[in-house]
Amino acid sequence: MDVENYKLEHKFLKEYNYDLKPLDKGYTDRTLYINVGNLDIKEKPVTPLMKDKFIGGKGFGLYYLWQGVTESTKWNDPENEIVISSGPVGGITQYPGSGKSLVVTLSPLTNMPIDSNAGGYFGPFLKFVGFDAIELQGKAEKDVIIIIDGTKGTITLEEAVGETIDTHILGEQLTEKYADNEEDKRNIAVISTGTAADHTNIGLLNFTFYDVRRKGIRLKQAGRGGIGTVFRDKHIRAVVIKCAGVKGNLNHPVDQLTLNKTGIKLHKEIHDLDNSQNQMRKIGTANIIQIMDQYDLLPTHNYKFGAHKDTYKIAPEVFIEKVTQNSPDGCWHGCSMACAKAADHFELKTGPYKGQKVTIDGPEYENAAGLGSNCGIFDPDAILELNFYCDTYGLDTISFATLTAFVMECYENGILNKERTGGLELNFGNQEAVFELIHQMSKGVGFGKIAGLGIRKMKALFEKEYHADPQFLFDIGMEQKGLEFSEYLPKESLAQQGGYGLTNKGPQHDEAWLIFMDMVNNQIPTFEDKAEALHYYPMFRTWFGLNGLCKLPWNDIAPANNKSTDEPAKIPEHVQNYVDIYNAVTGKNIDKFELIRQSERVYNFQRIFNIRMGYGKRVHDKLPYRAMGPVTVEEYESRQERYDSQLKEFLEYDTTGKTTAEKIKVMREYRESQYEKLTDAVYKRRGWTMDGVPTVERLQELGMDLPELLEVVEKHR
Amino acid sequence: MKLLAKNESLCIGCGECEKICSKTYFKEANQEKSAIRVIDSKISVCSQCGECMDVCSVQAISRDKNGVVRVNKKVCVGCFMCVGFCPELAMKMQGDLLEPFKCIACGQCAKVCPTQAIYISEEA
Repeated sequence: MDVENYKLEHKFLKEYNYDLKPLDKGYTDRTLYINVGNLDIKEKPVTPLMKDKFIGGKGFGLYYLWQGVTESTKWNDPENEIVISSGPVGGITQYPGSGKSLVVTLSPLTNMPIDSNAGGYFGPFLKFVGFDAIELQGKAEKDVIIIIDGTKGTITLEEAVGETIDTHILGEQLTEKYADNEEDKRNIAVISTGTAADHTNIGLLNFTFYDVRRKGIRLKQAGRGGIGTVFRDKHIRAVVIKCAGVKGNLNHPVDQLTLNKTGIKLHKEIHDLDNSQNQMRKIGTANIIQIMDQYDLLPTHNYKFGAHKDTYKIAPEVFIEKVTQNSPDGCWHGCSMACAKAADHFELKTGPYKGQKVTIDGPEYENAAGLGSNCGIFDPDAILELNFYCDTYGLDTISFATLTAFVMECYENGILNKERTGGLELNFGNQEAVFELIHQMSKGVGFGKIAGLGIRKMKALFEKEYHADPQFLFDIGMEQKGLEFSEYLPKESLAQQGGYGLTNKGPQHDEAWLIFMDMVNNQIPTFEDKAEALHYYPMFRTWFGLNGLCKLPWNDIAPANNKSTDEPAKIPEHVQNYVDIYNAVTGKNIDKFELIRQSERVYNFQRIFNIRMGYGKRVHDKLPYRAMGPVTVEEYESRQERYDSQLKEFLEYDTTGKTTAEKIKVMREYRESQYEKLTDAVYKRRGWTMDGVPTVERLQELGMDLPELLEVVEKHR
Repeated sequence: MKLLAKNESLCIGCGECEKICSKTYFKEANQEKSAIRVIDSKISVCSQCGECMDVCSVQAISRDKNGVVRVNKKVCVGCFMCVGFCPELAMKMQGDLLEPFKCIACGQCAKVCPTQAIYISEEA
C-alpha cells in the first residue's frame, strides 16, 4: 500500500517532559494522566493500596474510572475516561501470552464500566517507557494524536489534520512517521480506531504491532463495549508509543531464572503437544468451528440453531489455506501459542478500498462463527473481507455480527422491510446486503446508522416506530446489559447461560466458558457444582486481566499428564505456573488461593461499580430466552425429538397431542426456573444477597470494606 | 554447511568437550554453560538445521556465510521460544542469562576430543 497517497499533517499543541527510570518488580510506580480537553498532562504515583487491592490491568482501570466519574456520568461526558494498563506480569518475554493491554471505560452500549483486552505491543511498551497505566479524559475540540516517546521521555499532543481515520492506513502512516528507519519500526505501537466508530456505538480500539517478517503492521483489538466510540467521541485520532530496546528483564523481576525456566517448560509443551491438541499454531482459535457445529453449538441464523449443512465451507482447513506465510504469529514476544493468523495480499472486492491488496488479521473463531454461520454466510472470502472492514472501520466484529443476525431475523419476520432498511434485503445469507450495511456504518448513513446503535437501542426503536412485539424482540435480541452476545449457543448448557448472564460486563465468554464441562463432559451436574464453577472460573479468568496476561495459554494447551490430575479442567500445573511467574516478577509469595482472592476483590469492586451506575442487580442478569431455549415453533420443531424427550424426562410431561406452542410454554417455564435456581446458587457462592449485591461481610472478609464501596452496598441492602 | 558432526559410538564420556566449550565462552568449566552436552554417551549439539530461525519472531537468528546458525544477542528479546522448539534440545538457556546460546561450530571441542567422536564437517 502506498501511504504517501494519504496526507498526514500535524499541528503541535503541547509537549510534556518526564524522567525515564527503570521498573521495579513489575511496576513503574507511576501512571500517566492526559486530559485531551484542557491539555493537562500529569504523573500520578501508584499507591500501596492500588497494588495490594487492585494489582494492575483492569484493576487499575476500574480504580481510576471510579475516581473519574460520578453515578450520573454518561459515556459521552468529558469526564468519562479510557484507562489502559497492562499489569505487573505484563511485558515479560518468556511466558506465552504476556503482552495484553486492558482497557476500561464507561460503555455507550451498557452505560456502565466495560473492560476489554487486546494484544499488540502497547501495554508492555507503556510500562517500559515508564507508566503502569494511562488515563485519557476530557474531550478535544479537534482531533488529536498523542505521542509518548520513551526514547526521549516526552509526551506530545498534536492536532491531526487530514482525513485518514481507518486503521489499516493510519496505523501504517504513524508507524512510518515516528520510526527513524525500517529497523526502528518494531519500536512503534499505535492505538486507533476507524470511521465507523464515529457513527456507531460498537467502535473498537485497534492495537498495532510491527511484524518484522511481513514488514507491515498487524492489528489486535480491544473489541467489546464500544471503547472506540468513546475514543472518537473524545476526538482522539491515535495514541502512538515508542519504546526501544526490549529485553527479557525490563520488568526487573526478583527471580529471572524462574521466568526463564517456566517459559521454556511451556514452550516445550506447546512444541510437543499443540499439534495433537488444539492446533493453535496452525489455525488459531478458528480450530473449533466444526467441533461447535458437531455439538450443535455453532450459532446459526441469530442463535436459532447450532449447526448448518454448509459449515464445511468455513471449516478450519479452508482457512488454513487462506492463512499465508506459514509462520505462527504471536502478538507479543515469546508467545509460542501463536494463535494470531493473517491472510496476505488479499484483494478487496467491495467498499472504498476495493482493489487494494491488504493483510487481514484472523479469522478468529468469533469472526468466522459470527460473520459466518450466525448471519448465514458460508463464503470464507466474504468472512475475511468483513473481518477486514470491521477492523479498519473500528467495529467490534462480535457486536457487528450479532446485531446483523438480529436485524436479519427481524427482516425475515416482517419487523423490518426494504422500505425500513433503505433497500437492504437483509435475509440470512445475503452477504451483499451485509457489505452495504458495514460501508453505511463507516459513513454514518442509511440503515447502517440505525443498526450501529446496537441491539438494545434498536429494540426500543422497532417497538416505538414499527410497533413490533416487545416480548418477541426481547426474546430474540441477543444482548444482555446492552452488550451483544459472543458466539456460542448456550441453550443446552445451563452453566453457560450463567457464564453469559451472571457476568459483570455482559455476555462475553471471557469470564466463563463452561459448555464442554457442563454439557459434553457432565462434570458439574448439580446447582452447587455449577455455582462453584461460576465462582472459580470467572475469578480465575479475571486474574489474567489484572496482570496483562492472555487466557489462551492456560487451557488451550495442557500438559501430557493433565488428565490424571485431581482437577483436569483447571489445568493445575498451569495454575501453578501463574503463581510462580507472578511471584518471580513481584517478589510476593501468593499461592493459588490468594490468586483467587486477588480477583475477587476486583470482581466485587466492578459489581459494586455497576450498582453505583444504576445496574448490576438481579434484574440486569436476566437473559433473553433465545439464550435459554427455543423461542419459535421453527426452532422447537427443528430439535423436536430432543425437546420432547427432555419434557418427558425432566418434567414427566406427556407430549402426546400437545401443540408445539404448548410445549414451548412448558419448556420455557422449566428452563427459566432452572436459571433462577442457578442464580440463587451462584449469588450465594459469591457472597452476594439474592438481589445480587455483595454483602458487607464478604467485603470485610476480602479486605474490600472501603468506605466508598460500603456506601453503595448499604444503600442497596 | 559447517557443523559439528558426531560419531557417538566413539564417545567415552570424558566431558573434555563440555569443559573447553564453557571455558571458551563463559570463562568457567561448567557443563550447564556448554553448548555441547554429553549425557550417557549421547551427544547433544546443534545440527544447524535452522528450525529456530523460523520460530524467532524478531529475526534474531540467522545463518552466516558458512551455514552456521547464530543468535544476534543485540536483537534477541530473550523469549527462549527457540529453546523450547529446538528438535535437538541443543539451544540452551543458563541461569539468569537473558539470551540463549548454541554451538557455532567453532571446533574447539573437536580439537580436544581424544577419540574423534566429534569433528567439524563442512559438507554441503
